[in-house]
Amino acid sequence: MFNLKTIYLKELKSYFNSPMAYIFLVIFALINGYFFTRTFFLFNQSDMRSLFNIIPLVYLFFIPAITMSLIAREKNLGTMEVISTLPLKEIEFVVGKFLAAFTLVLTGLIVTLIHFITLSQVGTNVDYGAVFTGYLGLALAGALYSSIGTFASSVTDNQVISFIIGIFIVLVFFLLDKMLMFVPISIAGLIQYLSVDYHLSNISRGVIDSRNLIYFGSVIVFFLFITIQVLNIRKWR
Amino acid sequence: MIKVLNLSKSYGDVKAVKSINFELNDGEVIGFLGANGAGKSTTLKMITGYLTPTSGTIHVNNKNILTDSHEIQKQIGYLPELNPLYDEMRVYDLLEFTANIRNISGKAFKDALSRVIGQCGLTGIIHKNINECSKGYKQRIGLACAMIHDPKILILDEPVTGLDPNQIVEIRNLIKDLGTEKLVLMSSHILQEIQATVNRIIIIHKGEIVADGSNEELMSDFMGNTTLTLEIKNAEDNSIKQITEKIPDLKFIDIKSKNGSQFLNLEYPKGKDPREDIFQYAINAKWIITEMTPHTANLESIFRNLTNKETINV
Repeated sequence: MFNLKTIYLKELKSYFNSPMAYIFLVIFALINGYFFTRTFFLFNQSDMRSLFNIIPLVYLFFIPAITMSLIAREKNLGTMEVISTLPLKEIEFVVGKFLAAFTLVLTGLIVTLIHFITLSQVGTNVDYGAVFTGYLGLALAGALYSSIGTFASSVTDNQVISFIIGIFIVLVFFLLDKMLMFVPISIAGLIQYLSVDYHLSNISRGVIDSRNLIYFGSVIVFFLFITIQVLNIRKWR
Repeated sequence: MIKVLNLSKSYGDVKAVKSINFELNDGEVIGFLGANGAGKSTTLKMITGYLTPTSGTIHVNNKNILTDSHEIQKQIGYLPELNPLYDEMRVYDLLEFTANIRNISGKAFKDALSRVIGQCGLTGIIHKNINECSKGYKQRIGLACAMIHDPKILILDEPVTGLDPNQIVEIRNLIKDLGTEKLVLMSSHILQEIQATVNRIIIIHKGEIVADGSNEELMSDFMGNTTLTLEIKNAEDNSIKQITEKIPDLKFIDIKSKNGSQFLNLEYPKGKDPREDIFQYAINAKWIITEMTPHTANLESIFRNLTNKETINV
């Protein structure tokens, strides 16, 4: 666990010692702020639904962008060779990297709390429970997309390819429940269950169902597991 | 101690390492010599656990690389060929990161840090960004990372590549010092470097070990015939022809004339030295000898000989 913390802190430092994290946070805040405030005063409603609707869309491009360098850059620089010869388990390496990316996503979410503070100051009858579950859903979706991005970063040494693979897989998970009308009814339930949006909307409505939590947990573990396997396969080539 | 038994590695259909065997002991500085693509780096990468062997075994201090790779990696310090570093980090941060991964922190890290700063000459650059450091300093930083945990075994893949002559001497002396108490395995294709630094040489060619021994042993095993160049004046053709009859150990190679002198190339077998007889013959034949130079085999000629022909098993 000590090595996991070392990898996590190193990765977090590399985010915040470069313009990467700040660019991400500023653009993330600006885009979300624009879409939130555009409709907030128009509809005269004390909820954050517009924000919770836009953030999953922003995630689609932002999370692959912040995860694309996680492992691909190590491979490209050659530092993967050094890392692989240290007494470090693959799980510590992968989970440490994933947690650093997830922390950056959470920081982005924390920045959006300014809208919640605004809402609680100027709004009436704010449903704090819905806001909490909305944020919980966004955090879980952020973690899931971060695990996909970590995986995408492990299959190539090219950051651009990693970004494209990441966006592709994230989009598939995002769009699954929007394509239900095109799939046979017998597998529609399964396809819907695999969709991120389906579980996210459940949680955002204020329903914290164990099925949704299990879904997020299992997909995150699945992608981290196959990332570890990808790193293990390299040794045998 | 490193024990390698029937070690092989294939990349698809290409056999990079073909069933090699060797045993390395503590306190030895071993040079792994071979042309580019001979299989040096692949072998080193398997010993460090970066690559898994296709077949064969590697035991480091009686631990198997396949089952105890982390235990072995704790005992090994490794400097890869291209010395990849995190350019955006400060030297201090990189050393701290490497030390932390090796469970060295707090006072132990401070002690280890001052040790490697002294050994690798990093004073003055410790708080610099790595991308601001010269190639020579980057090589030292890589070496410092490999030595931060004071490993029993150091594996250095081309450690002096890109260094200037002064830096090469410094690193060479450091390796020699380390070799008194550690097992140092270094690869290189710079023959003079290997000859000056190590006390045992393993030559690998097309994935097979073609020679293994000390510099002197290799010379003795592979030296072959000595060529002797004579620069002479006042020599008659007959007397030149008769020298091989009078001195049976000699074999005539060729003769050239230049600026009134004749350059006679002769050859004699290992263990024989007919130079005194040649001198006496020259007096009797009234030759004037202006130069007599024997060309014995050196590591370069042995290496070229071994790697330019089919594999010889030693």
